Amino acid sequence: MPDWLVQLLITLLKGVLVAFALLTTFAYMTLIERRLLARMQIRLGPNRVGPMGLLQPLADAIKSIFKEDVSVTLADKLVYTLAPIVAIGMALTAFGGIPAGPAGSLFGADPWVYNLDAGLLALLAITSMGVYGIFLGGWASGSKYPILGGLRSSAQMISYELGMGLSVLGLLMLVGSTNFVRIVEWQAVSGWLILFQSLGFALFLISSFAETNRTPFDLPEAEQEIVAGYLTEYSAIKWALFQMAEYVNMITASAVMSTLFFGGYRGPVFLEGLIPGISGWPIIWLVLKIAFFLFMFIWVRATLPRLRYDQLMRFGWKLLLPVALANTLLTAAYLAFARGTGLWLLSLLSLGGLVLLLVMSDRVRVLWNTPTQRRESGAAPVRPVGGD
Amino acid sequence: MFHTHPKEKHMGVLEIAKGMGVTLGKLFQKPVTVSYPEQRATIQPRFRGRHVLTRHPGTGLEKCIGCSLCAAVCPAYAIYVEAAENDPQNPTSPGERYAKVYEINMLRCIFCGLCEEACPTGAVVLGNEFEMADYRYRDLVYGKEDMLVGVEGSLPQRREAARTGKPVRLGFQVPQGPRKELEGVEYPR
Repeated sequence: MPDWLVQLLITLLKGVLVAFALLTTFAYMTLIERRLLARMQIRLGPNRVGPMGLLQPLADAIKSIFKEDVSVTLADKLVYTLAPIVAIGMALTAFGGIPAGPAGSLFGADPWVYNLDAGLLALLAITSMGVYGIFLGGWASGSKYPILGGLRSSAQMISYELGMGLSVLGLLMLVGSTNFVRIVEWQAVSGWLILFQSLGFALFLISSFAETNRTPFDLPEAEQEIVAGYLTEYSAIKWALFQMAEYVNMITASAVMSTLFFGGYRGPVFLEGLIPGISGWPIIWLVLKIAFFLFMFIWVRATLPRLRYDQLMRFGWKLLLPVALANTLLTAAYLAFARGTGLWLLSLLSLGGLVLLLVMSDRVRVLWNTPTQRRESGAAPVRPVGGD
Repeated sequence: MFHTHPKEKHMGVLEIAKGMGVTLGKLFQKPVTVSYPEQRATIQPRFRGRHVLTRHPGTGLEKCIGCSLCAAVCPAYAIYVEAAENDPQNPTSPGERYAKVYEINMLRCIFCGLCEEACPTGAVVLGNEFEMADYRYRDLVYGKEDMLVGVEGSLPQRREAARTGKPVRLGFQVPQGPRKELEGVEYPR
């Protein structure tokens, strides 16, 4: 067999493995989410199917496959069918670039499906393609609610995509590479990036929540207000594919956060004193970190109420974006003027910025209102959008 | 743009952190869920379930005299009563007449208890039984034999018990004991 064919086959095999792992994680993620949410509401959660409800994902899958697939007469059938496939396809593709270990650590093969030098940029590009799934789904449904829902979901996702892209700029300048493996190796030498980019991480965390359409930014679904938005007309397996895309995006976002800010597949160095070599257990550390962030996603969902659309947009454009730019500026200033002093200065600056942001957070909104809005905010509790 | 009242507190980071603490704390509390079919549901003494037709203690005669007041008062038209003359030598009830047919359509019944209120002899009483889910419409029209005191369980439960050869299993418990009307009398079976 020629060498390129072997490479191709190995890559294919890894792709299938990753897809399989992701789909299994997705399936059990739904169960864990339901159980955890239930426990946080002092309920038990689904425990009927199989021991401790462990077969519930299987039952859900069988149900959505065999459920009647209802669609609208006016729907553009081809696009309508393709939209969920685009959504899930992009979600699955995005994960392939996450390294689960250093080069050659997977039985001699590299533990990633693809590794690009422009890895982070490619990831942002691929995740923004997921918006197409949502908007085309809404457009092709041939009904009014979905197109409005799709429009506003795309607006939301694109807005937060910008904040997300900008919040990692500081990190990129610091590391000097967009390659995930290089970023992880840089962290193994200099320390986790959360230490030096805490402000950037906070912004990235918030935009990941919005990007994956999770509470408190789950307006695309918003069942109560807009009849599920873009997926109003979707049922059975197509609906399940959209849900699947959301969950896979969550897993990807968790993996990206672990890789970018928490040392990726490397464990904390201070544990080396306890057990030598412990920071070098690649997949275990990555899985642990992903699990932590997935728990965060569920925990936040159990706690926070959904934002209103204007709150969401104002937060994204008037707070997230400028602060992300400020973070970039901060890092740039450090690199230009204070590089010699050591990274501790940057971590202090970043932390200071974060603390300032947190302390100010409930006042910042008032600051960003225009004078007219500030004057009138006491008088009219509800005014039409675009009133100033 | 929408605005909140200036006196209304904005949700800041402190409030979010507090809320997150609450949900995390609840995670370790004991769930209040009752795993119903396995775990028995606890019924309060005032609970009103399936009807029971009572008998006179001692004589064992049916209290129902077939007056049809329950049927008349029923807002859902769930009750059907057909009265007949008692045989003086072998009476079914102490009065002149007795209920030859006494049927309640459990699908229509709203368990309002008006039949119980209207009954002049205290014959029809709402009991504790509530597990009556069944497959066929006609099985949910309960006759006298399904309601006369001493009949344990609903029709599907008795069917299930007959199939498995085990005693009727009720999925509820009445810790305070049954209602006054249903307790303390030795009824002949």
